[in-house]
Amino acid sequence: MNLATINIAAILPTLVLSVVGIVVMVAEPFVGEQKKSNLGWLAFAGTLAAMLSLVPMANNRGQWYSNLWIVDDYDVFLDFIFLLIAAITILTSMDFLRREELNHPEFYSLLLFATAGMLMMAASNELVMVFLGLEILSIATYVMAGFRRADLKSNESALKYFLLGSFSSAFFLYGIALIFGATGSTNLLAIADALRSSKIQISLVSLSAALILIALCFKVAVAPFHVWTPDVYEGAPTPVTGFMSVGPKAAGFAVLFRVFLTAFPSIEDRWGSAIWMVAALTMILGNVIAVVQPNIKRMLAYSSIAHAGYVAVAFAATSDRGVSAALFYLLAYSLMNLGAFAMVTIISRKEDKLVNVTDYAGLGSKRPGLAAVLSLFMLSLAGVPGTAGFAGKFFIFRAALESRLVWLAIIGVVTTVISFYYYLSVIVQMYMREPHDEFSDVRLCGSLKFALVISAAGTLYLGLLPTRVLDWTTTAALR
Amino acid sequence: MLWLIPILPLLGAALNGVFGKRLSKTLITSIAVGSVALSFLVAVREFLTMLSLPESQLPILTDYFTWIQAGRFQAQFGFMLDHLSGLMILIVTGVGFLIHVYSAGYMAREEGFYRYFAYLNLFVFFMLTLVLADNYLLMFVGWEGVGLCSYLLIGFWFTRKSAADAGKKAFIVNRVGDFGFILAIMLIYWTFERIDFQGVFSRLGEASDFAVEPLGSVGVLTAIGLLLFLGAAGKSAQFPLYVWLPDAMEGPTPVSALIHAATMVTAGVYMVARSAAIYNHAPGALLVVAVVGAFTAIFAASIGLVQTDIKRVLAYSTVSQLGYMFLACGAGAYAAAMFHLMTHAFFKALLFLAAGSVIHGMGGIQDIRKMGGLRRVMPWTHKTFLVGTLAIAGIPPLAGFFSKDAALWAAWNDANYGKLLWLVGVIAASFTSFYMFRLLILTFYGSPCYTEQDVHHVHESPNSILIPLIVLAACSIVAGFAGVPPVLGGDNHIQQFLTPAAHEAKSESLGTTAVELTLMAISTGAALAGAGLAYLFYVVRPALPERLSVQAHSMYSIMLNKYYVDEIYDSVVVWPVVRMSGEFLWKFVDAFMIDGAVNGIGRLVRGSGAGLRHMQSGYVRTYAGWILLGGVLVIAWFLK
Amino acid sequence: MVTTFHYLLLGAALFTIGVIGVLTRRNIMIILMSIELMMNAVNINLIAFSNRLQQVTGQVFAIFVITVAAAEAAVGLGIVIAMFKNKETMNINEIDLMKW
Repeated sequence: MNLATINIAAILPTLVLSVVGIVVMVAEPFVGEQKKSNLGWLAFAGTLAAMLSLVPMANNRGQWYSNLWIVDDYDVFLDFIFLLIAAITILTSMDFLRREELNHPEFYSLLLFATAGMLMMAASNELVMVFLGLEILSIATYVMAGFRRADLKSNESALKYFLLGSFSSAFFLYGIALIFGATGSTNLLAIADALRSSKIQISLVSLSAALILIALCFKVAVAPFHVWTPDVYEGAPTPVTGFMSVGPKAAGFAVLFRVFLTAFPSIEDRWGSAIWMVAALTMILGNVIAVVQPNIKRMLAYSSIAHAGYVAVAFAATSDRGVSAALFYLLAYSLMNLGAFAMVTIISRKEDKLVNVTDYAGLGSKRPGLAAVLSLFMLSLAGVPGTAGFAGKFFIFRAALESRLVWLAIIGVVTTVISFYYYLSVIVQMYMREPHDEFSDVRLCGSLKFALVISAAGTLYLGLLPTRVLDWTTTAALR
Repeated sequence: MLWLIPILPLLGAALNGVFGKRLSKTLITSIAVGSVALSFLVAVREFLTMLSLPESQLPILTDYFTWIQAGRFQAQFGFMLDHLSGLMILIVTGVGFLIHVYSAGYMAREEGFYRYFAYLNLFVFFMLTLVLADNYLLMFVGWEGVGLCSYLLIGFWFTRKSAADAGKKAFIVNRVGDFGFILAIMLIYWTFERIDFQGVFSRLGEASDFAVEPLGSVGVLTAIGLLLFLGAAGKSAQFPLYVWLPDAMEGPTPVSALIHAATMVTAGVYMVARSAAIYNHAPGALLVVAVVGAFTAIFAASIGLVQTDIKRVLAYSTVSQLGYMFLACGAGAYAAAMFHLMTHAFFKALLFLAAGSVIHGMGGIQDIRKMGGLRRVMPWTHKTFLVGTLAIAGIPPLAGFFSKDAALWAAWNDANYGKLLWLVGVIAASFTSFYMFRLLILTFYGSPCYTEQDVHHVHESPNSILIPLIVLAACSIVAGFAGVPPVLGGDNHIQQFLTPAAHEAKSESLGTTAVELTLMAISTGAALAGAGLAYLFYVVRPALPERLSVQAHSMYSIMLNKYYVDEIYDSVVVWPVVRMSGEFLWKFVDAFMIDGAVNGIGRLVRGSGAGLRHMQSGYVRTYAGWILLGGVLVIAWFLK
Repeated sequence: MVTTFHYLLLGAALFTIGVIGVLTRRNIMIILMSIELMMNAVNINLIAFSNRLQQVTGQVFAIFVITVAAAEAAVGLGIVIAMFKNKETMNINEIDLMKW
């Protein structure tokens, strides 16, 4: 085994994020209290720089560093989603941190490190790399979930996330160890090669695939591995909840697709049907329980479970079409959900207190602009035609139908119908209830406006003109 | 220029929605009314352009951009103008314009004036999108949009709890219908691999191409037809999904006129007529459409006989008239259905607006038992209402006579149970006549049943309210002449006009002239009989209804309680659920009663949600247990 | 003779003990230790396979796992201490502010 040739361009975005993250952390003590939000802008610039460096990275396709690291269209598209998520989250957090007097710039470092972990996950061609990326992401997110140290709910959120997250990581490790034992390698392509030869103990391979699936299902929060999600999302600081509901989920799916479609296609008969059941259960549970949630963060948590179910439908299709639909959906979902959480951040105000759906009563007459934007996100999450959510669901159900998963598509449509109920209840509150609040202390600073504009424009763009992005996801899905 | 037609109201909605708070009422009114007026003018111009083109160049298809392109799948953002959609845009913008004018006077004192007009303009935009769409998916965009606007407008007076509840009910019931529509679109794409009307219809000829096992080609088309009809039944309030429409009367009266009488509720009829090519290949689906339509017509009319709220009578009447339209569709006479749709848009809008004028003048009273004698106080409202009543009752030569007769004649000629369907239609027509004259008599004739203490200053409405009434009354008188059948010396313009677009099925066994005239006489006689009976009951022997209601108490109370359909929904869907899962569901039913949430399925979902959320105990170790359990199941599945 | 199989058995047993510990113990610290036990059970597997396959990958991976577990433990302890400052308990069953 010769030492790998070094190719900086192939890992440039990850490198940029890590360096900027370290700079922000080191610079913190030297920056005055007033200037601390400048570090936020530095972190934002870092994500933009990383986004730019996707261009040189995309020109270095192929496998690098002893086949540990892979650069392909799939990777590039996902990196784009991750960096977009990070950028929007930074914009949402700046005002939040100032408001909550949590102005500690290491928050941005953690966010950048988490994002670097996600980039690693998308680019890894090797289970050890996946594990490292996953842990970099997870450890940073555990801390972010507990960032409001003085708040008991935030503590509880971090503790639950941490305990259950490590619990599931152990399953993941066990799976990797067994597959290593069965095939003698942890490289995805090598595993696939080994599985094609007949000498492999199929039960050992199945067991390890099952263990890996369990851990990844935990990360993307599909039923019955979703149980941690509502509590953790409810307790975490709102911008962090927004990040957690899209970032780790997208990264988890990135790995899920890559591992199962690259390494385990030969035992598809086993995991395909398992995903079918998981997807059905997730869509039903997520949507049905969301209906009775009075707390909007918790409602959006169950909604995020439901949306993971839709992506799982695309996974169950096990086709290029499915992967492309899933990629599209992940982008669409990230935009609309981050937008929704940005709105929740704005309305919750001091100490994240006002997070009940009834706290939105009368927003439509007091702040029509904000209400209109939130309505857009809610309609998109519900999948009303003309919005990103509709286009995304449409592609997913089409992929499902083409793979002859008729029942799964029907369950998907029925649960979507159910989901209208709780998304619309927010709109009902805003437009059809008497305001009991003047919303006079709702402040909207530049960075938040910026975040809202990006998410709203993206939601509309993907809804009205999805074709270009869909073409991109189609190339990204073909391997 | 086609795009201007929907864009203008959208602009109006945007302007009023965003800046409305700061604008004066005059400016808001001019923006809202002006945008629809302009849209109407453009629609007329486009319509005339279309008429001047030879038939071979129709329909006019304009694709603005490719909305969704994915592999072979393609959805254009494009509009399609042919005779069918041309007629609809004239109705929507024309009637819409009149109702906007009316609203300016009617809503003048309401809070949220700008909000009202923003919603109303937005509704017109979505309705035009629905009508002009050249594919099912874009149609669905409009379909969802009008639903949303209707929901917002029903709940416009959201401080009234009943209004908010009615909005919710409309929304939930429509979801059931929309579910059918979505499935139909999926099935259409699956079968034909495209969703634009022209493309789908052009492939219908090659049956072998889309014979999807195990249904076969006819089976697939029947399934598509039935699913589309489920969607149509939700939107157009057909049995059993009609329950939302009477409650929708909680909205402002002009809204009831525009959305719940003239336009949105007819979207289902339009959709079925648009899909005529599919239905003609699916006789089974057509039969269902006809039977449901006929049943709804008589069922709703019989409920209308005993209602006492002026708007509710009209609501049940709308449901019943929509039934006629579906009856005509089901008999393959799409042109007749569209004809009735048009005349109904005029006279039902007229009746609602006149009813609104009455309510306005009475200071908000809607109970017809508290009215009476209004003829003298509100002469113009009375005259126009009278025209509307004669038109809907089917008294020749007003509009309703010709259109209703076209529908009944089509039913008679239908091969399946045609005569029976016709009979049902005629009985329903006599019911219609009865409840309309009852309404007319109780409201405008006799002596006033209100006292000056209840109602302070009964007055005729201002001109902005009366002028639309007069215009609509004129339309209700003359519109019927568009479709005078040959047997009466006309040449049925509307039939010929719509035939190319509506894929009219050829009826083989047309009855003779003598039969047609006889049937016409019978249905006119039925209408007159209904009117006469109403006269007998409410003018000659006013004590009679009282006695009758005592004697036929059970039937009367069944009808008064709307056949207990709401209760049946509750008991069939809700009760078993409550039984099934005793303890935690009780909690939810309680919460539900307090919330005043929705009915049926809504409760089921909420109930399950309330139960299932207890999975989430809050204890980390329980969560670890769930994860482990899931893990064990997955492993077992993998090692099976 | 101790074969690879015996090591695997040991690993599986330790992993199971860890799982049972997470599910049954109430003290947060002990739950943390149980998770560590699960990770180290995996390490035993890795080393055993590495030895049998005569491949160094497994051992390198084990070192990664130890490193990550250390980082995780550090963060975990931080979280537990932050929690303990606000609510003086080590009983996991008292941490149920959020549910349903």
